[in-house]
Amino acid sequence: MKRSVLIVALLMVAIFCTPLMAFEAIPADKLKVAWLYNGPIGDGGWTYMHDQGRLDVEKAFPGVTTMYVESVPEGPDSVRAMENFIRNGAKLIFATSFGYMDYVQEAAGRHQDTIFMHCSGFKRAHNVGVYFGRMYQSRYLTGLVAGSMTKKNVIGFVAAHPIPEVIRALNAFALGARHANPNVKIKVVWLFSWIDPGKEKEAAKALIDAGADVLGMHANTGAVPQAAEEAGVYVIGYNNDMSKYAPTKHLTAPIWNWGAVYKYTVGKVIDGTWEPEDIWWGLKEGMVDIAPYGKDVPESVKELVESERQRIVSGKWDVFEGPIKDNQGKVRVEKGQKLTDQDLISMNWLVEGVEGELPK
Amino acid sequence: MRIKVEKRFYITKWQEVCIILASIVLAFSSGALVFHFLGVDPLEAYKMMIDGSLGDFYGVSETVAKTIPLIMCSLAVALSFTMVVWNIGAEGQFVLGALACTAFVRYLYVDNFVVMLACMGISALLAGGLWGAFAGFLKARWNVNEIITTLMMNYVAILLLQYFVYGSWRDPTSLGFPMTPLFPKSARLHQFFSTRVHSGIFFAVIIALILWIVVRKGVWGYEIRVSGQNPKAADYAGIRSTRNVILVMFLSGAIAGLAGMAEMAGLHRRLQPGFAVGYGYTAIIIAWLARLHPLAIIFVSFLFGALFVGGENLQIAMRLPLSSVQILQGLILFFLLGGEFFRNYRVSFISRKR
Repeated sequence: MKRSVLIVALLMVAIFCTPLMAFEAIPADKLKVAWLYNGPIGDGGWTYMHDQGRLDVEKAFPGVTTMYVESVPEGPDSVRAMENFIRNGAKLIFATSFGYMDYVQEAAGRHQDTIFMHCSGFKRAHNVGVYFGRMYQSRYLTGLVAGSMTKKNVIGFVAAHPIPEVIRALNAFALGARHANPNVKIKVVWLFSWIDPGKEKEAAKALIDAGADVLGMHANTGAVPQAAEEAGVYVIGYNNDMSKYAPTKHLTAPIWNWGAVYKYTVGKVIDGTWEPEDIWWGLKEGMVDIAPYGKDVPESVKELVESERQRIVSGKWDVFEGPIKDNQGKVRVEKGQKLTDQDLISMNWLVEGVEGELPK
Repeated sequence: MRIKVEKRFYITKWQEVCIILASIVLAFSSGALVFHFLGVDPLEAYKMMIDGSLGDFYGVSETVAKTIPLIMCSLAVALSFTMVVWNIGAEGQFVLGALACTAFVRYLYVDNFVVMLACMGISALLAGGLWGAFAGFLKARWNVNEIITTLMMNYVAILLLQYFVYGSWRDPTSLGFPMTPLFPKSARLHQFFSTRVHSGIFFAVIIALILWIVVRKGVWGYEIRVSGQNPKAADYAGIRSTRNVILVMFLSGAIAGLAGMAEMAGLHRRLQPGFAVGYGYTAIIIAWLARLHPLAIIFVSFLFGALFVGGENLQIAMRLPLSSVQILQGLILFFLLGGEFFRNYRVSFISRKR
């Protein structure tokens, strides 16, 4: 008797709660999708690539209306931008930077019927999903190119902020470079800024002065490739194909293809099958890739990259598999072990071959 | 025909109103031209801006929330400008106020709203004040140019902020992202009617009233005006200018510091590297446009808040780039400041007959 009451109660809960949990299908011509950018679209990097993803959505779903705001500081101003999106009819909002995380939660708490997707964060809710890409896989591939192309065995890396995302990128790049050439040393300059062309260029010059003959970067503009072209050293861009900034010296670049996740999400929202997922796609899903090679990259290097890519895409191997030592000589990943996603998103140590310490 | 420019010795109220109106009309019509070339209907664009900032309750509330730090920073710089001391450092003093109150929350937290806010307020006043007074002391003692020192100290303040948010104050749960943990409940200012207008607005209005009475009506206000306009006459009259320079810089910095605390406790509730968004610099323009009048500052700040909030709507609804909004804001400033020229000078056309 009691049990049947319980079952009925559970059924009631299931019936009444299901419509609350799921989001209804929205026809494409009624759907308005908004993007919150932390930089200007003209940065030629991070925000530019997100905006390319937005344009992919417009192309793939002709009826969908898109909107965006540029250069929104990662602070309380972002809440107003999201509120304004909603007031203008947005039903799906992509917030494209980590610093928006708690503000997304705040806005999502007030607007339970609006779907939010937050890039690179880790807080979900019934109407908040998160998405990011396994950029470290592309980083590793470009590291192979850098390691193969250096003559002096010194590679420079211009790094934005000492946070796990950038540390992961630097480490994967270093692992790739040292896989191709175990004698390579990687020198790093930290910018403490996402977008600062002046600082980026100065950092690139400093690294070249310190002997680097190949530069890598985790910065958002084309300033590093420009500096490399001027000084006549090779460079690996970031975000998108940066060969226009360094026509003769650009080797390749790890690039984003945000369109993949944006089209997937918009499609789900239109179908009414959207759920708050934690999307972390890589080379296999086409979310990250590498830019076309420069003319100086020899066939042998391209073959090496291709075989390593197959290893990753097939799922047999991933970049952070042991044995991996940190740059103090301590073994961080034992042979046969592999870092978990949790380890990856909180990475705070540098691999062997990277010079210097993390700013404390 | 030639153009003759001469200094005005007086200006009628009527002329003054005409100049302001003409500047505004010119600003918005040249803005309309920009919109036209960007391919949008200017009237529609202006309507969108007004809709976004003043069109409904939410818009107004956001504009007011934006106005609060602008009022306080503008009052801060206006006070020093009254004495012809150029405090360009409100931005840095604002940051110092935020740093001080965050330090208080971090190290000396007590779970009591009144105690906590009093301590945060006082620490912010002192931190901003001392940051300003240091530049004031250098000026009073060795006549070091305060424009340079206050400006340079802004950079020092922002680097200090970065030092802490990237360093020991970083939230351990933020995955290494530079931000402090959120302030606990009792370290927050109240927000009204589920908007983001916080009780910092009382600080802003009360300080404006106090400054209006003290600086415009009081003896001390008279002293600092005389010291500013004619230091020798002030000395002769027994006004202690050097002491007043330090005091004015202290008070100016303290108000900016309190603005930083109100912004922290009322809105941000955590310190992030992007905390300083340039209120200290916008304040200089606001103070100038308001002719340093504490009550006028409230209205001009509101106008600037509306410009900022409404500009966002242009991006969303009209799909204009951010830079077009910045161009419009620049044009408005250009013409309003251009109007200053006609306020101070009389321009007449003299036709020469041969």
